[in-house]
Order: sequence, then structure tokens, then C-alpha cells
Amino acid sequence: MSYLKPTETTIELRNKLRAMTPARVAMGRTGVSQLTRDQLNFQLAHAQARDAVHAQLDAASLCRQLEKVSGHPVELLHSAVAERTTYLQRPDLGRRLDDTSRQKLQRGAFDVAIVIVDGLSALAVERNAAAVITVILPHISDLKLAPLTIVEQGRVAVGDEVGELLGAQLVVLLIGERPGLSSPDSLGVYITWEPRIGRTDAERNCISNIRSEGLSAEKAAAQIEYYIRSARKLKLTGVGLKESSLQVEEGGA
Amino acid sequence: MAYKATIGNRSYQFDDLRSLLARATPLRSGDQLAGVAAATAEERVAAQFALADLPLANFQNETVVPYESDEVTRLIIDTHNPEAFAPIRSLTVGEFRNWLLSDDATGERIAGLRDGLTPEMVAAVSKLMRIQDLILVAQKVRVVTRFRTTVGLPGRMSARLQPNHPTDDAAGIAAAILDGLLLGSGDAVIGINPVSDNVATTTKLLLLIDALRTRFNIPTQSCVLAHITTQLDALRAGAPIDLLFQSIAGTETANKSFGVSLSLLEEAHDAGQQLARGAQCADGSIGRNIMYFETGQGSALSANAHHGVDQQTLEVRAYAVARAFEPMLVNTVVGFIGPEYLYDSKQIIRAGLEDHFCGKLLGLPMGCDVCYTNHAEADQDDMDSLLTLLGVAGVNYIMGVPGADDVMLNYQSTSFHDALYIRQALGLRPAPEFEAWLASEGFERLSIEGRQPERLLGA
Repeated sequence: MSYLKPTETTIELRNKLRAMTPARVAMGRTGVSQLTRDQLNFQLAHAQARDAVHAQLDAASLCRQLEKVSGHPVELLHSAVAERTTYLQRPDLGRRLDDTSRQKLQRGAFDVAIVIVDGLSALAVERNAAAVITVILPHISDLKLAPLTIVEQGRVAVGDEVGELLGAQLVVLLIGERPGLSSPDSLGVYITWEPRIGRTDAERNCISNIRSEGLSAEKAAAQIEYYIRSARKLKLTGVGLKESSLQVEEGGA
Repeated sequence: MAYKATIGNRSYQFDDLRSLLARATPLRSGDQLAGVAAATAEERVAAQFALADLPLANFQNETVVPYESDEVTRLIIDTHNPEAFAPIRSLTVGEFRNWLLSDDATGERIAGLRDGLTPEMVAAVSKLMRIQDLILVAQKVRVVTRFRTTVGLPGRMSARLQPNHPTDDAAGIAAAILDGLLLGSGDAVIGINPVSDNVATTTKLLLLIDALRTRFNIPTQSCVLAHITTQLDALRAGAPIDLLFQSIAGTETANKSFGVSLSLLEEAHDAGQQLARGAQCADGSIGRNIMYFETGQGSALSANAHHGVDQQTLEVRAYAVARAFEPMLVNTVVGFIGPEYLYDSKQIIRAGLEDHFCGKLLGLPMGCDVCYTNHAEADQDDMDSLLTLLGVAGVNYIMGVPGADDVMLNYQSTSFHDALYIRQALGLRPAPEFEAWLASEGFERLSIEGRQPERLLGA
């Protein structure tokens, strides 16, 4: 490495730089390469993210947990995607229910439907979904709540079909977000007024980074309630709600 | 016009050029998602045979997106130069591949074709090429650009220092800049993706880089990758803008979804040129390349603006947009878009090399963000492979991200160490101005004063 002078990275400097940013700075080098410890730390983070992407949601167990929390039966649904490989390549199929699931849903007149979807991280759902629902339910006990539903192999927009079939005025969808290297278990929430097949992302409001190192279940639930109440008042969600609302603390970092 | 190919006793028909190009494209998930991919492996090769027999002159008669409704098509047709096209006008696509690989096709001769080539011709020939073809031809073509550094010279490879931070925190960004500079990255640009797309943040970050650059005499250029309109507002308010950035795509509607048009890009280019902030470079000339573009296969489909055209052809049409503005830097962000467009490392690697080849043929200073997301079937080994292949192909620059982990955009790119690796493995060096700086008093001072990184933000 003739053109680059060696510079010393002391423990003290490394600590200082690491305190300034969560980025992987001040790694030092052996020759031009990363040291074994840094390399393995990276591989571990990636392994955890990969496991999260491919993990199968333990839907039966989540179902029991949510039935206990809500005191009502929970409906277990499935998207039109059979397995993970197809899920990753066909987002269009992940946005729709399969035929069996469609027949399970009974139309009613509900204020709110809460839908739990594995998305890209079943881990995020298993770790955080029940906690968020436990906190939010008492806050919205004045509203008519549709039966809770769980959708396996689903994308965000699958909530539009579920909400429409249930006849819900508003859908709150909890979904595992795409795992980052240091956040394999981050849960996202999407709130959509008048869910219908074909709604766009601009018509939703989103809260993200719900996990133990990010936004707490309590804070997330407070934001969800805020969006529900605002949406009911304004009869819309999305860009319009965001622009007309007062400053809302946005998710996470 | 319909195209035909017969394999044994089976005949295949392709309704138009658009469909022929799509069916001839090596398999990728985005074309399957769009429903334009070949149905079978044999159909794909049949389409490649038909494409190989297609005269290049045919591309002047048939467009893939209508001229009347798409300004990118109008740009392509209206700026086509028949004189530059003359040397190859009698060739078919297959013969063009043969010629590009021949000893007759020197770098100079290939570069001379630049304004005679349409993106569709270039996309077409790339579909008939294997990875080694894409590398061998790209290697012949050097595209050199200048601002304060000279990027793209033979024997050199640069890196964009990408010091992103999840809350645009100035100290956090300064820490990553220091780290990258000490590891020899930053000679392509110091380019920050901001979380907050507004004039205040853009200006704050530009001032931060500018202060470090002047304090330590660093020969480089800055860029804050906010929307082009935000950068223009910052420019008009007096912010120190070096390079103007924008993501672009290959159709008018896709560009509209990005909030840009050709006239807006032209306005930005004119405004940037008037600042004349480029410096005298190693060869004595003043750097005048001021635009920075990013692209990526699948962006038009993602914006529902693909018009039934395959994603690789559309990607090359984005290069025609870039070509009009003599950019300093252009890179594909190849694995960022996700597995529904490029499913696994095989698809990402081929796409990265296609993009580099096609960009170079159209005269662009091509770099590549060698990258992937956690839901793609890819890992660090795959990025090492693509990085090495691109290094051999003569890529102008890659990204330098601390530890390859972008903590703001949540994807994995290449690290400062990766840039050092490829330079060492292939005997490449940084841009000449930057290489001189690494041996200078300015670098020495940065390494000493950097021991108290909290003081880097002071005057």
C-alpha cells in the first residue's frame, strides 16, 4: 500500500468515533483488510438479518397469545403466496389473500380492523406485535373493533383486502419490516382510512422502527391512537393527514 | 413489426422490438414480475438469435416507448448523430458484438461511436454478451471526468465517501468522513444521503464538507443527495454546491415519479456551471463536470412506468438522459432495489456488469454501488465477486461506506477496506490529485488533528 500511510487507531480514538455515530467506523486494518473480530461481527449481524427474513411465523402461538390479550377469537389468514421464495419475488401476490382466507372473513360494520402480518421479519412480529396490541386495545375500547387477523406471507397492501372484506372503516396493520444489519426485529405500523384494494402508500400513515432498541410499544401505541382519532376526524389518512396535523413525533431514531 | 426465430421445428414470434428485447434478456425477477420475460429458456435463446440478426439501422425506425408521448425517446432520436453511427450502420446486433470484441475495435474507435449509438442498440448487444464479453469491451473504453479530481484514468479507481447518519448528525457524519479519508476513500466525491430533504439540512452538510475540505486542502468535491429542487434552492441561497445530484430513469413517466424532467435537469446544470467551482486538475485543465446521477434496473417498473419494456433496456435509456449533461459521476445502485427486481447474486452480478458496460459504451463515467439488501439472496462473498469483476472491467469508482453497513439507508455497500482491497489486488491507485494529497502535509494534519475528532467541527 505505497500510497496510503498507516494511521494509528487507538482504543481511545475508536471509542470516541463510535460514540459519534452508529456506523462501523474506526475499524483499523490488517494490511488493507478488516480484522477478524470486525469481520465476524458483520457476519453475525447479517446472519441474524437473514434468519429473520426466512423465519416462519409461529402463527398458532401468536394466535393463542392474541386471543388471550383480546378475549376474542383471532382469524388466521394466508396471502396468495405459498412459500418464501415466491414471496420475495412476487410482491403482487403477497398483497392479496388466498381464496380460503377470503371466505373466512365476514362483513360487518367496524370502526377499526387490526391486522398482523409477518412481512419481511416474522421475528419482529413475534417480539413486538402482542406488546403493541396489549397497550393499544384499552385506549380504543370505545371503538367497534373487528376480529383480529393474522396474515402469513403478506405485504402491507394485504390489509386493504382484509379491511374491505371486513367492512372496516380503518385498518391498522402491524408488519415485520425489512431487517437492517443491526435491526432484524423492527416492526412497522401502517394506518389506512377506508381500506380498498388499490390504495397507494401515499394514502397511508406509517410508524416504523418499533423494537426494544427503537420506539417502545407504549410510544407506538400512543402514535397509533393519534392517527386513528385524527383519521376519524378528517376521514382520511396519508399525505393529507400528515400535512393537516400538528407536529407528530415520527417513529424511531 | 414482428420478429421470428426457428429452433428445430419450433418457431417463435415476437410482436415488436420491445417484446424481442425483453424475451432476449437473461433471466431476472423484475422482468418476470412485469410479465415480459421469456416463458422458457429456449424462447430466450430464440429471441437472442432473432436479435443477433437484427440490423442496427432498424433501431432508428422502431422505438420501444412512443416518440410522441415520451421526452426520453425524443432526446434519443433527436440527438442521434448519423456521422458517428456511419462506421457501424451496416452491421446487425450480432455483428456489432463481434466487432466490439475484435482487435479492430480500439478504445478510441468505440468511444467515437458514442453519439451514434442509441441506448436500445447498446442494451441489445449486451443481451448477447457473456460476462467476459461485458468486461473485455468495457475495459477498452476509458471515460475521464474532472472537477477537483480526475476520475476514470487508466490504472486508477476512485471511491465515493458515503458518510451517512440516521439523523444527519454533523458530528457523526464528520466521524465517518475522517475515517474514510484516513483509509483513502473520497476521491470521487464526499456524498451524503440526507434523511431530511430540505434546504437547511442540505446547506448545513455542504458547509460541513466544505470547511473540512478547505481546512485540510483536500482535493475532492462534495454532494448532498437531496432532491435536485432542494439542491437548487440551496444553491440560490448561496450554499457551496460542487456536484448536483439526481436519481434518473429511462422513461418520462418514471422521471416524473422522481419529480424531474429534462428541462429541470438542464436548469440545474446551467445553474451549477455558473458557479465554476471546479479546480485545475492534474493535466492542467479546469474541472467542468458537475452532475452526479444514480440509476438502477427496476426503477421504472417500481414506479409503474415501464411501458412493457424490460428493465435493462430502460436502465440504458436512463444513461441517454445522463449523457446529455456530461456528468462527473454516474453509478447504478445495482442491488438496492431488492429481490423482486434482481433476485439473487447471479442476477445482481450480471446486472452490475451490464450497467457498467452499457454506460461506458454511451460515454458515461460509470461507477457502481456494489450492494445488496438483506432480503436478497446475496452476501459479502457475492459483493467481493462483483467488485473484483468490475475492477477488472475498469470501473471508474465504487462506494466507500464504514464497514460496508449504511446505517441510514439500511443496505450493504462496499467498505473503505473494499476499495483498498481492489486497488491492491489489481494495482490500481486513487485519482492523481488525491493520491498526491495522501502524501501531503494536509493528510498529515488531518491524521493528527483527527485524534480529537470532536474538534473537527470547529473552525
